[in-house]
Amino acid sequence: MTRRRYGWFALPAVVVIVAVIVFPWAFTIYMSVNDWNVSGTVAFAGLDNYRTLLGDHRFIEATFNTLYFTALAVALPIVLGTAAALVFHRKFAFRGFFRAVFIMPMMATPVAVALVWTMMFHPQLGVLNYLLSTVGIPPAAWVYSPKTVIPTLVMVEVWHWTPLVMLIVLGGLATLPREPYEAAEIDGANAWHRLRYITLPLLWPFITVALILRTIDALKAFDTIYVITQGGPGTASETINIFLYLQAFAFFKLGYASAVVLIFFSLIVALSLLLLHVRQKSRWNA
Amino acid sequence: MTWHAIMRRLERIGLALAVVALVSPAAFVFLWMLSLSLKTEIDNIVYPPIFWPSEPTLKNYVQVLSENRFPLYFWNSILVTGGATLIGLLIGVPAGYGIAKARATRLAVVVMIARMTPALSFLIPLFIAFQWLGLVNTIVGLVLVHLVITVPIIVWVMMGTFESQPQDLDDAALIDGATPWQSFLLVALPLAKSGIVVSSILAFIFSWNNFIFGVVLGSKDTRTLPVAVYNVLTFEQLAWGPLAAAALLVTLPVLVVTLIAQKQIVAGLTDGGLKDG
Repeated sequence: MTRRRYGWFALPAVVVIVAVIVFPWAFTIYMSVNDWNVSGTVAFAGLDNYRTLLGDHRFIEATFNTLYFTALAVALPIVLGTAAALVFHRKFAFRGFFRAVFIMPMMATPVAVALVWTMMFHPQLGVLNYLLSTVGIPPAAWVYSPKTVIPTLVMVEVWHWTPLVMLIVLGGLATLPREPYEAAEIDGANAWHRLRYITLPLLWPFITVALILRTIDALKAFDTIYVITQGGPGTASETINIFLYLQAFAFFKLGYASAVVLIFFSLIVALSLLLLHVRQKSRWNA
Repeated sequence: MTWHAIMRRLERIGLALAVVALVSPAAFVFLWMLSLSLKTEIDNIVYPPIFWPSEPTLKNYVQVLSENRFPLYFWNSILVTGGATLIGLLIGVPAGYGIAKARATRLAVVVMIARMTPALSFLIPLFIAFQWLGLVNTIVGLVLVHLVITVPIIVWVMMGTFESQPQDLDDAALIDGATPWQSFLLVALPLAKSGIVVSSILAFIFSWNNFIFGVVLGSKDTRTLPVAVYNVLTFEQLAWGPLAAAALLVTLPVLVVTLIAQKQIVAGLTDGGLKDG
C-alpha cells in the first residue's frame, strides 16, 4: 500500500494547521524581535524585548505566581482524581448519573461558573462565608486578599479539572489485569497492600499522563482567573498568561508579548513532547 | 451479624459517603446557580443566604432575554460553534483516516502540540493577520479561529477510531478495485459513526465554552455568549439574579449534552485525555 496516497486525506487539515497554527508560530518569532505598537509601526529591536522581559519585575512575579498556582493545581487534582477514580470504579446504584454530575464541572462553560464563584466569594453576602460560619470557622477573605487569592483560585481549578484526572485514571483501571489480584488474595494481602503494591504501580503510566496534561493546563489557565480576579488584588494573582494578555491586548505591546509567548511556549512544548513520549510508552505496555 | 457482614456493611457506608463527598461540590455550585437565578433581588442579598426562593420567579430570565441582546449572542455562538464543528469534521475526519492509514506520526505530533499551546499565543499573530484581512469582529474570523479548537480534537479522536478498525476491510475494498477515497467513504466511514459522534460532541462543547477568542476578536455585534455574559458582570455588578440566569443559560446546552451523552463523552475523554485548545 502506498502511504503517499493517503497523504491527500490530511491535506485540508495540513492547510488549516499551517494557517492557524504554524503561521502564528513563525510570525510570533518574527514579532518578538521587533517593536510593535498600536499605530502599527514596526521597528527591529533584536533581543531587546527578551532583555527587558528578564528584568521586568512584574514578569518575574507572574512567573512565581504561575509556578505556585501550578504546583497546587496539579498536586491536588491528581490525588483527588485518583481517589475519585477508585470510587467510581466500584459498582453502586445510579453510578452513571453520579459520574455525569461529577464530570459536569469540566464540561460547564468556565466563564459562567467563574461568575457564580465570584458571587459565592462575596465577603459579606457570599454563601461560602455563611457555610463556614455554620461550622464555626471565621469568614475568609477569599479572592480579596493577596495572601488567599491564589489558593482560592486553585480551589476553583481543582473543582474544574479533577474530573479530567478521574476519567484518565478510570480508563487505566479498566485495563488492569486480574491475575495479580488473585495471587494477592492467596497471599492474604489486605486492601491497602493491594492498592499500594498492585493498583497504583499498574496505574502509574495513566497517572503520569494525567500529571503532564494537568501541568500544561494549569500553566495555561486563563478564563477563571481572568473573570474572577483579572490578576488582582494588585498583581497578586497575575500569572504569565494574564500578564501576556494584558501586555498584548490591554497595552498593545505586541512585540513584547510575543517574546513572553516564546518563553512560555518553549516550556509547554517541551512538556508536550514528554507527554507524547510517555503516552506512547503506556500504550505499548498496555 | 458476623464480623464479616459488619465489615461489608461499613464498607458500603464508606463508599456511599465517598460518593456524596465527591459529587456534592459539583452539585452545590450548579444548584446554587439555579437558586440565585430563581430568586428575587431581595432574596439574593439577604444574610444569612436562603437556598429555597421564598417566591420563585422567572423575572431574571425574562430580563436577560429581553435586555441584553441575548438572542443575537446565542445565534452568534450557534454560528461560530456550529460552523467550526462542521468544518472541523469535514477537515478532521479524512485527516484522521489518512494519518491512521499512513501512520504519519509526525503529523499527529503537530496536532497534539496544537492542543498544548495556550490559545493566547495563536491570538497575537492572528489578530494582526485578521486586521490586514478585515476579519476582526466578523463571524467568519471567529469560525476560523475556533478551528484551532475543533480540528485537533476531531483529528485525535478519529485517528484512534480508524486505527482500531481492522486493516483487512480496506485491503479487501482496494483489491476489489476501489480507490482509497471510495474505500474511505464506503467502508471505513460507516463503521466510524461512534467516533464521529464523540468527536463532534467534544468539539462542540469546547468551542462553545471558549471565551478568549471572542474577547479579542469579537465586537458588540459578533461576540459569543461567554463574552456577552462576562460583560453582564462588568456592567451590572450587583444584580445577582440576572447574572446567574445569564450564566445558567450559557452553560445549559453543554450541561444537557453532558447528561445525555455522558457515556460517549467518558469514552472519548478517557481515551484521548483531550480538552480545550
